Amino acid sequence: MVIVGAGQGGLQVAESLRAEGYDGPITLIGEEAAAPYHRPPLSKAILAGTMEEAQLAIRGAEFFERQRIALLSGTRVAAIDRSARQVRLEDGRRLGYRGLALATGARVRRLPISGDELDGVLGLRSLDDARRIRAALERAARVVVIGGGYIGLEVAAAARKRGLEVTILEAADRLLARSATPFLAAFYADLHRSQGVMVELGAKVVGLDGQGGRVAAVRTADGRPHPADLVVVGVGIVPNTALAEGCGLACDSGVLVDDCARTGDPAIVAVGDCTARRTTTGTLLRLESVQNAVEQGRSAAAALLGRERPFTAAPWFWSDQYDVKLQIVGLSADHDRIVLRGSPQDRRFSAFYFRRDALVAIDSINRPADHMVGRKLLDHKAVITPEQAADENLPLASLTRPGR
Amino acid sequence: MAKVTFIEHDGLEQVVDIPTGWTLMQGAVQSGVAGIEGECGGSCACATCHCYVDEALVDFLPPPSETEEEMLGCTASERRSNSRLSCQVRVSDALDGIVVRLPEAQS
Repeated sequence: MVIVGAGQGGLQVAESLRAEGYDGPITLIGEEAAAPYHRPPLSKAILAGTMEEAQLAIRGAEFFERQRIALLSGTRVAAIDRSARQVRLEDGRRLGYRGLALATGARVRRLPISGDELDGVLGLRSLDDARRIRAALERAARVVVIGGGYIGLEVAAAARKRGLEVTILEAADRLLARSATPFLAAFYADLHRSQGVMVELGAKVVGLDGQGGRVAAVRTADGRPHPADLVVVGVGIVPNTALAEGCGLACDSGVLVDDCARTGDPAIVAVGDCTARRTTTGTLLRLESVQNAVEQGRSAAAALLGRERPFTAAPWFWSDQYDVKLQIVGLSADHDRIVLRGSPQDRRFSAFYFRRDALVAIDSINRPADHMVGRKLLDHKAVITPEQAADENLPLASLTRPGR
Repeated sequence: MAKVTFIEHDGLEQVVDIPTGWTLMQGAVQSGVAGIEGECGGSCACATCHCYVDEALVDFLPPPSETEEEMLGCTASERRSNSRLSCQVRVSDALDGIVVRLPEAQS
């Protein structure tokens, strides 16, 4: 078995193959020098300086030996030959496979404007990126974050905690435009402003000005310069689909897979950020999360061994900013009603989203128990009314039996 | 650095050296202790690193934060008086030699 990509998803495929009883050789190929590591802390504890890099490793070296997972770090794959069932490495070596998993991840989306290449303009995706941003934060006074998504907001929080002057420039008319509801976005705009961050919405970036090769300011469409000695660009990621496309696998904003992480080729599965999932209802789902990498990794390993293990659990996700823990479960995109449990003023509440009286998602702010119960409610398709969701006297756990 | 003995639900023991400042979860997961998942990587967001610490340690450890306390109410296996989320317990020399028991299920 060969796995291309040694992030959380790729490692999960390897581990799950062993857990499912596969005893043959496993090769895990990663471009980065580091062994598989946890990415979520990069924008949180690593920037804050409260976590050592060694703590990021998902598994230690002994684990790979014991599980007989051959880890090829710092290794690039050049192409996949599906008819010969071979992976060709950039150094010319060829590896045959019986089953192949693509876990190639994604890369930071670049800004299509001038000045993108200046020193001091950074994106955040890898450990190297985080090292660069952390080093820059130690010298910077003024930070401009381009993009009000989760990465941008978490970097802003880390920079603000260090006492730096921070501006968030978001082109849309609200934060978190691609991933959260307007209600939650407004909460986060208030949160960051209350912490002293300048949050500018509808701020379209048109250029980056430099001095001696270093960034000095970000220019917005209204002509204003926003002085900066560090610019962090967080405008999304682009799935790494070149290998899949190169060997003729179907891609549509990601390597297309079904609920069992299968591609169109029975010998090839794909997992994590590089994928787009065609669900049983026909919609295209792109999830960029740890849960997605792990669950698809488990499904993929099963699929490579000829077993069906669909990933159908409700998507969940979290973000830590300042002392606010957000946990999201479900997909809120087409909700028609919001019900609150708890108090937004106290920054301790859950927003329950309903569509035609059916629960579709819950955003929990510093209410972790609501989130945990909410995952069960959604996974079991439990019946819960908006009135019950709002009733603090009713324990949510009492509703977690399956619906009829 | 502390030597920590993890005992799986089925009785399997594994002794792990964990550096000071790391969490019990980090030490256990890096060494491949099977009974701890730690899916969220240690941000107290998933309750899949539940463990039972030495009874004698319960009052010695800093108490759970409000978040940990709430998450402990949502563990897959029974919560006991010595239940902790291992991602929230930091290792110090004082923990050298402790025994941590793992629950039957994490998720």
